[in-house]
Amino acid sequence: MGDVEISTSQWRYVEVGRVVLFSGGEYDGKLAAIVEIIDHKRVLVDGPSKTGIVPRHSAPLAHVSLTPIVLPKLPRAIGVGALKKAWEKAEVDSQFEKTTWAKKRAQFQKRRQLNDFERFKVMKLRKQARFEVRKTLAKVRSAA
Amino acid sequence: MQTSTTLNGRISDCNFWIWSRLQEYQVIGRHLPSEANPTPKLYRMRIFAPNDVVAKSRFWYFLGKLRKIKKANGEIVSMSQIHEKRPQKVKNFGIWIRYDSRSGTHNMYKEYREMSRTDAVDALYQDMAARHRSRFRQVQILKVVEVVKAADIRRPYMKQLLTKGLKFPLPHRINKKAGGKKIFAAHRPSTFF
Repeated sequence: MGDVEISTSQWRYVEVGRVVLFSGGEYDGKLAAIVEIIDHKRVLVDGPSKTGIVPRHSAPLAHVSLTPIVLPKLPRAIGVGALKKAWEKAEVDSQFEKTTWAKKRAQFQKRRQLNDFERFKVMKLRKQARFEVRKTLAKVRSAA
Repeated sequence: MQTSTTLNGRISDCNFWIWSRLQEYQVIGRHLPSEANPTPKLYRMRIFAPNDVVAKSRFWYFLGKLRKIKKANGEIVSMSQIHEKRPQKVKNFGIWIRYDSRSGTHNMYKEYREMSRTDAVDALYQDMAARHRSRFRQVQILKVVEVVKAADIRRPYMKQLLTKGLKFPLPHRINKKAGGKKIFAAHRPSTFF
């Protein structure tokens, strides 16, 4: 038997200060922070984001996804003003935009807006890019 | 007297229907004044009901059990809806109830963690319906109290929510938005999102 390295999985936790992303429903695509845990299925959220405000309300965990961003050392049931300050200090909006998750989301949304001819152009450009990558790869391979 | 609050009450009911199934009403009533007693004693109750009609009906139901007054010889003096003072704060509620089961009557104390008194009572009715198959008419709410101090919480299912630095993962999620259950699927579902 070989040596097996076991490492614990890196779960994102439901915790006070965790930034969540709403998927579907009224606040679809908006960010909010967990302000307090109500029970194992519901949390109190508040989103002072500039891209879209989520009012303080009780949200089911089934409606949100946990992002890797956590507001550090957020006290339980923080007020609206103090949360906004902490949110801006942690630069949540710009931090989330940097993630591949956000970039993919933006890409999907943009592609969904395209018309048939624009989709065709996207296909052509992707083919061209792929061709260039493969050409250089083939060069490197033959040189090696 | 009775008609003064109905119109406003109805309109606000419609708005609040989305938020919660129940509302809290304050109902004050008395025996009809007679020559022998021109100023009868007033009785006040805080009643949880889906609308003001049911609230008045419950008021007469309870008053008839407690005192020798019924709707035919009594009147409702005032009726108003009680709104939550801080509806954006998470609170712990203790609720005492009297519950008529199929075999007898029991008193119970239960705790709920909710944003408002009406939400807590609503959760109680759902909980009683789930655990004991109870109906609305079988559960009488004796007292709803906000438990301010965490040390005064009695039930273990509530204590576990009040531990310091509480955090937990969502280890196995099922995406209900992605079409729901099908007989055959092309891919194993993703349980992490």
